[in-house]
Amino acid sequence: MNPKVTRRRFIKGVVASGAAATTTGMWYAANGQNRPSGAVERLIRINVNGQLRSVDVAPQETLASTLRYKLGLTGTKLGCNRGECGACTVLVDDVATYACSVLTHSMKNALIETVEGLESPNGDLHPVQQAFVEELSPQCGYCTPGQVMAAVALLRENPNPTREEARHAMSGNICRCGSYDSYLDGVMRAAQLG
Amino acid sequence: MAYMHIGKDFVPPDVPGKVTGRIKYAEDYTREGMVYSRLLTSPIPHARVLDIDASEALAMDGVFGILTADDVYPDGEPQSTGLKILTNEPTLVGEPILAVAAIDEKTAETAISRINVTFERLPFVLDPLDSLAEGGANAYPGDQNTFVFRQGFATEKWTEDQVASFRAGNEPTGEPQQTWSLGDLEAGFAASEFVYETTFTTAGYPHHSMEPRSAMAYWEDGKLYLHGTSQSLTALADGMAPIIGVPKKDIVFINAATGGGFGQRARANSIPSMAIPAKMSQKINRPVMMRITREEEFTIGGARQGFQGWIKVGFKPDGVMSACDLYIISDNGGKGGGGDASSAADCIDVLYQPDALRFRGTSIGSNTGHRGAQRGPGQNQIAPIIAPILDKAADALGISRLEIRKINAPHNGDVAGPRQTPFTSAYVPESLDLATQQFDWEGRQARRRQRKGSKVIGLGLGQGYHNAGRSGMDGIVTMGTDGRLKIHNGVGNLGTYSYASTSRAAAEVLKMPWENCDVLNVRTDNHLPITSPQDGSNSIFTNTRTMFGAATDMLNKMKQIAANDLGGDPADYDVSNERVHQIADESVGYTYADIARRAMELGGKYTGEADLPDELAEWTQISVSRLAGSAFMGVYHDARHEGNPPGFTVTCCEIELDLETGKYAILDMVTIADSGTIVHPQGMENQLVGGAVWGIGLAGYERHVYDPQNGLPASTGYWQSKVPTYLDTPVKIGTGWVDLPDPENPVGARGIGEPSMGAVSAALAAAITDALGGHHFASAPITADMIINHLAGTEENAVPLAQNNFRG
Ligand code: FES
Ligand code: FES
Repeated sequence: MNPKVTRRRFIKGVVASGAAATTTGMWYAANGQNRPSGAVERLIRINVNGQLRSVDVAPQETLASTLRYKLGLTGTKLGCNRGECGACTVLVDDVATYACSVLTHSMKNALIETVEGLESPNGDLHPVQQAFVEELSPQCGYCTPGQVMAAVALLRENPNPTREEARHAMSGNICRCGSYDSYLDGVMRAAQLG
Repeated sequence: MAYMHIGKDFVPPDVPGKVTGRIKYAEDYTREGMVYSRLLTSPIPHARVLDIDASEALAMDGVFGILTADDVYPDGEPQSTGLKILTNEPTLVGEPILAVAAIDEKTAETAISRINVTFERLPFVLDPLDSLAEGGANAYPGDQNTFVFRQGFATEKWTEDQVASFRAGNEPTGEPQQTWSLGDLEAGFAASEFVYETTFTTAGYPHHSMEPRSAMAYWEDGKLYLHGTSQSLTALADGMAPIIGVPKKDIVFINAATGGGFGQRARANSIPSMAIPAKMSQKINRPVMMRITREEEFTIGGARQGFQGWIKVGFKPDGVMSACDLYIISDNGGKGGGGDASSAADCIDVLYQPDALRFRGTSIGSNTGHRGAQRGPGQNQIAPIIAPILDKAADALGISRLEIRKINAPHNGDVAGPRQTPFTSAYVPESLDLATQQFDWEGRQARRRQRKGSKVIGLGLGQGYHNAGRSGMDGIVTMGTDGRLKIHNGVGNLGTYSYASTSRAAAEVLKMPWENCDVLNVRTDNHLPITSPQDGSNSIFTNTRTMFGAATDMLNKMKQIAANDLGGDPADYDVSNERVHQIADESVGYTYADIARRAMELGGKYTGEADLPDELAEWTQISVSRLAGSAFMGVYHDARHEGNPPGFTVTCCEIELDLETGKYAILDMVTIADSGTIVHPQGMENQLVGGAVWGIGLAGYERHVYDPQNGLPASTGYWQSKVPTYLDTPVKIGTGWVDLPDPENPVGARGIGEPSMGAVSAALAAAITDALGGHHFASAPITADMIINHLAGTEENAVPLAQNNFRG
């Protein structure tokens, strides 16, 4: 290769499908601001935390983008935006789901629950949230909403898990602070709180 | 000592916000008129930017501006190590070259795709030893491969034979850049009954904090408002102001919470990317949000230094470590690194107190992720290398593995390190006893190396150390006429809760119920004092001192006012139940609300308008001057302490290693700490289990991998790196602590965040070695591939001592 290359030529020639391309190319593909010129966007209604919300959704828009950037539900976090960490976990029809890895357009008939929807109308914390406070489960807290949602999904399906079962059920959620032990303490306490 | 708050659990004020998702991280903010910035990053590992043609991009609708290295460094890029804000000479793939701001990210990305950057490709290198060899490529600007303090970039070369000999397992013969020694090394080895010598590697790997370092900035009335992600609060703003070029009085850093920080978010110079939205916002006069992707976080988020080393250790017949000789080539990555290698030697000296020790080290760059402090930088890399060597010595000398550690353990009054600094206190034998008792170490010895089918049991004992405390910072507390105590705390919120737990030292002094205290942190315009950055496990020690001091200043002022007004001497007064009162007659006194009112009537030194400590930092002076006259105030500047406040940990673990797959399960693990008085037990436990998970990653999983052909990183995500998950860690980690007070801290506390990792990685490496009948990989990580290749008698694929590549 010519030692003097332009960035464009280089990317085309060498790494068009490689890591460098994903670095710059991934973000807007998933992002709610994506407005391909001339494309017609659709106003759809999705059920989030029991409320029907009308929202203007681009074709490749992920649920995480819609929740965070269109609906202002920033409790759902983005850690990787590529299905590796679980920070974006929400419930879709009671199933723990990576919101960064599903398209909002596929959510039209689904019941979506985010961390913002867990508290009771009088402001009481959900038992999982309460247990996580009592056990001081979070450290930095960035993975916490995802851990909360994964725990809620587990306890709905299995209200009395063993620690081993809980560990497997939660294993789609990474915690870089390494607070796994404290989250498991929280899940076990939440099971007791009912 | 009976405390009201110290040693008791409490709910830190930010926890409810974390479980409800209400607490805001940098990317959760928005601002009227906010636009979006995206980065053009280097696609090649080493290059020089010859030309940037952005005319087409800048002509696009919705594009507001471009920021290049020439904008942010009008006088030229600093010729020093460390990440730049933007650069014209990238030395790693993914390094930011320029930023574009636009109405939305799609437009910004499209604009970036229309920018023509002409690069001159420069030779690159991924393994420091390849660069060290004569004729090898050099990673740094000016065709250099190292950096010499106060001298600048330089080049270090060995002959090809010298490098080959080192790779072949021999003692390095090249001249080291740095060396220090203690005692008579030759005599130490001469007195040795058992001598062990090996080369070793420890891998570099990224921090991968869960929150990417997104940032948002805007300017209002001449002030910069910066939302970012940092371990520190005032220390970050204090260092970021000169990087951006704004007076300290005109920067407001806002950071309610940070999604993880393990060294590379503590100081402004490790997060220069935060200056991009600040500078862009200044240029285009709009609020600018810069969201960072996981891949970008990998690149600019920093990484641990990898080691290519050689170690020789001698033990006397009685088990005393008589000599240790250590030579480390540290991988400085693309932008320069830290002092990990010397800290590794220091750690050996601290933990095992050898009669003689020599450290030699050389740092060499590679065109890989930039390096800097990562949880226990140096101390933790060496922990999993040295632990199996102690076990080998114990076995050879017929001493138990516990006993050899006790024989060599540091005690109260001992000294260590190049300057032979005394410990402020040290209770390692006590920690070893507590850990082994809690784990039933002796009782489990019968299980050692027992085999069931393809599975074999391994037992490991490990130790960790990091110095854990600083001093010389400032403290501020205030009280208004409502009688509530406001604790102005500049400690960052990185997830340790030390911003809250150190505040409790102030509540303790004034015997104030916690519910009547307000911790002011979150944003620097809450008039916060300067603190040391939240790194190096220092916050608990450093800031309980300042908080205690500020509250003591307020207490003394309370007593002075009461004595003046109500008679007697200040010494005749004490506080209880939110009153300052005479000791002899508790009915004579003031409520806290009344004393605050009196203080404000009196003004002067009582309200921060006079008689301030001379040595207050500029940052604290600004905060105090803004508060002056508005509230009853306690202000304190902390004197320097003597000695090294250490944090120590001991870990015992049992693993079951599958000889068919090379994988192992951690059946049980106990970690015990010696970190002085425990201020916040739940927070302490979190540091111990969190450090354990990091230790598991260091010992078994995490490493950089680069494509040797193009220098592209292949471990940008969590999976490839690989960060431990729930299933890589034990079902339950046992924890405990010695809980003996340190005399240099007013509440007896020292830190723990870093050593908690080292002991676990050491115990695991020892357990793996044990399960494999003593085979010492002398490597971190030890991956399943390496284990299976060893068992199959297959040679490793990589060249010996490879860095930034798979071993296995
Ligand atoms: S952000 Fe969705 S899995 Fe990481
Ligand atoms: S608490 Fe920090 S990533 Fe889990």
